[in-house]
Amino acid sequence: MSDEEQREWERRRKTRSVAIALALAALVILFYIATIARLGGNVMNRPL
Amino acid sequence: MAELGIPLSSTRPANLVGASVADFIALMKPRVMSLVVFTAFTGMMLAPGHLDPILASIAMLCIAVGAGASGALNMWYDADIDARMQRTAARPIPRGAISPQEALTFGVILAIGSVTTLGLVVNWVAGGLLALTIAFYLFVYTIWLKRKTPQNIVIGGAAGAFPPMIGWAAATGAISLESIVLFLIIFMWTPPHFWALALYRARDYERAGVPMLPVVAGADETRKQIVIYSALLVMVAFLPALLQLGGSIYALSAIVAGGILLSLALAVHRVREGRAADRAARRLFAYSIVYLFVLFAVLLLEAAFGRYLSLSGVSLT
Repeated sequence: MSDEEQREWERRRKTRSVAIALALAALVILFYIATIARLGGNVMNRPL
Repeated sequence: MAELGIPLSSTRPANLVGASVADFIALMKPRVMSLVVFTAFTGMMLAPGHLDPILASIAMLCIAVGAGASGALNMWYDADIDARMQRTAARPIPRGAISPQEALTFGVILAIGSVTTLGLVVNWVAGGLLALTIAFYLFVYTIWLKRKTPQNIVIGGAAGAFPPMIGWAAATGAISLESIVLFLIIFMWTPPHFWALALYRARDYERAGVPMLPVVAGADETRKQIVIYSALLVMVAFLPALLQLGGSIYALSAIVAGGILLSLALAVHRVREGRAADRAARRLFAYSIVYLFVLFAVLLLEAAFGRYLSLSGVSLT
């Protein structure tokens, strides 16, 4: 692999890693929102 | 794949610089995905139940990702065929941008994630239908029928017809006669749509060893079948008006758009030689997409307008 290909490989690997991280963060937000949407105000209704 | 004597290694190995994010997006067949999302959304909007807008958005996302999973799994299995066809040779796997193993892993993760999320967050009827759609597209169409019979897209077309049923099920938690009618429209639309494409791409399919109707039964038989299926489609497309799923604007649109479809199908049947024959097939292929879009768009607009009126407290009676 030439230096240029090596740099391109590293650049693409970094982009893929960022995309996976963003997808995981989006999933966390998605499930949080889905929980609130399904449970509504009841999410706070629990014995303390 | 071994049956055709085409090992996966006939595709180029993954390139040295690796896949870009755009390659993974291409693996999900975004154009097919957009049609799936549109028809599923129409099914959801036409359904009588009410779905929380946030949950509806999540349902649509799951359906889109599920469609993407189907695309990725299809490209994984069909990499050898895709490499031999002009239309598909630039897809990520034959181009060497993504390895078959990467595509398989990507597709499986998306499939499991989308079905599980739809089931847990919305309901399991919709989740089950999404799972059935992905499984049908991969196992029944891609693996079983596509390489074996010219009926591949007739039966396999069911996979593309499920999305409005999934949207309907997401809103109501059930399957109904109305959602089956929406299924039938896309089911009957698929054969003339793909046979029109196969008519002017017959050599491509022949080279790849895919037994599409023009390759196996000849162009004339394909033209006859296109007219038969188009006539059936136009009749089925009128059912939403009879079931009052669509109103008078839909009925009128179905008649006018159906008339144009039939005339283009008859032109394909009539013009059989040279470039004019190719042009007629291309015209029918392109118009069939417009036709399906018009039917679902009118249904969607009527439903949206109806909801707007009911929210405003206006009664049409």
